[in-house]
Amino acid sequence: MSETDSPAGASSADHVAVSTAERANELCDSALAGDRRALARLLTAVENRTPIAEVALRRLYPMAGRAQLIGITGPPGAGKSTLVAALIAELRRAGRPVAVVAVDPSSPITGGAVLGDRVRMQSYAADDGVFIRSMASRGHSGGLSSATTAAAAVFDAAGFDVVLIETVGTGQSEVEVAATADTTVVVEAPEMGDEIQAIKAGLLEVADLIVVNKGDRPGAHRTAGQLQAMLADTPREARPGRPAPKHPDVLVTIAATGAGVPELLAALDRHRSAARGSDGAMTRLARAESQIWAVLADRLHERARSYEAAPVAAALLAAVAAHEMDPYAAADQLLGLMAGGRSDD
Amino acid sequence: MTERPLKVLIAKPGLDGHDRGAKVLARGLRDEGFEVVYTGLRQTPEMIVTAALQEDVDVVGLSILSGAHMTLVPRICALLRDKGMDDVLVTVGGIIPDDDVAPLKDAGVAAVFGPGTTIAEVADFLRANARSRD
Repeated sequence: MSETDSPAGASSADHVAVSTAERANELCDSALAGDRRALARLLTAVENRTPIAEVALRRLYPMAGRAQLIGITGPPGAGKSTLVAALIAELRRAGRPVAVVAVDPSSPITGGAVLGDRVRMQSYAADDGVFIRSMASRGHSGGLSSATTAAAAVFDAAGFDVVLIETVGTGQSEVEVAATADTTVVVEAPEMGDEIQAIKAGLLEVADLIVVNKGDRPGAHRTAGQLQAMLADTPREARPGRPAPKHPDVLVTIAATGAGVPELLAALDRHRSAARGSDGAMTRLARAESQIWAVLADRLHERARSYEAAPVAAALLAAVAAHEMDPYAAADQLLGLMAGGRSDD
Repeated sequence: MTERPLKVLIAKPGLDGHDRGAKVLARGLRDEGFEVVYTGLRQTPEMIVTAALQEDVDVVGLSILSGAHMTLVPRICALLRDKGMDDVLVTVGGIIPDDDVAPLKDAGVAAVFGPGTTIAEVADFLRANARSRD
């Protein structure tokens, strides 16, 4: 389907462009036909943000939008991975294909990472309806990696009914997943704190569902009760110009045994139907906005570091470091340079 | 464009329950700048190869202390080949008798790391020998 014959004497840059498009289309064709290795390769391209990924996403993005993207977030050790494993089992019982993007943190010092979420998600070697992919956050803050949304779109286009997105263990303010997922599940462990924790701004505000996991531990039901009591005071009406406040159900699960997981899946399915309506439209707009801004920020960043800007940037850095110039003026100068540098390409 | 970290799967095939070495290596390679997927204990060859495929790793590192390496390792190498993943580097660590090293290499293993190997030696070997990719 792509133009494969390059005219004689075509520049090597054209060759590279053609072969990138060819390779991207080959990978897409195979991945869409069910080739799991091609799908894995596509995800790698997306993760490394290669030119192949960009071509592939242009083709795949219009095919996505059918899957339910479910964000699973919460503090380290609350049981996110175990809950994901329990949800996989439940979804497979219903014959629904499920993909997982599991994000773990990269070292800010070496760039290395230990991706350990698979330890809790085993034994689907012979099942093509399950695909688990670990990703390192690679310096991206907010609980995800910068490629997570794109990876979810690839899984979506490849026909997975549900994409579970497991964030890094979060603190209180890593709420990015809410802009990526259709449904955000916040997982807490019992005794997560007193009522003051529940009224603080942040993670709990973006929850569509709250799960108190380790429900067999002392205090689990009290924690659930406290959360419910606090959330009962959430206003019903949206303030003008703001999204409607969420009224998440609070569920108790024991992910390790699967107790409460069928109820969780039922609640997720209810949220999925509701999200097809006007609430969901807002979520989809927010997701589109955050995706576009992320790409835009990337591209600006790249351009600011590009060859024509580099010497200026180095001089500005030195001037700001020496307190000869303020950072605002330096940023404005760089912005001006990028705007000017655009006209000739 | 950006420098991509090498991605390594550390897996323990078979039934021995000793994963200290595998965890030390995972942590050590993390500190060397690798992205390490750790899958835990008691993996079948099929589980390991599925994980390697889904994660699209550059290296599969197998840790075996049970003595079952002559059964498990060739099986894993064969499965990787079946899936078209012969460009993935396979290394083995653990207690491997000297006489078994040559047959393991014939089966497709790039290196066998015995007791006393340092993390830096492993890291240097992987950096020098793992596939370069797009």
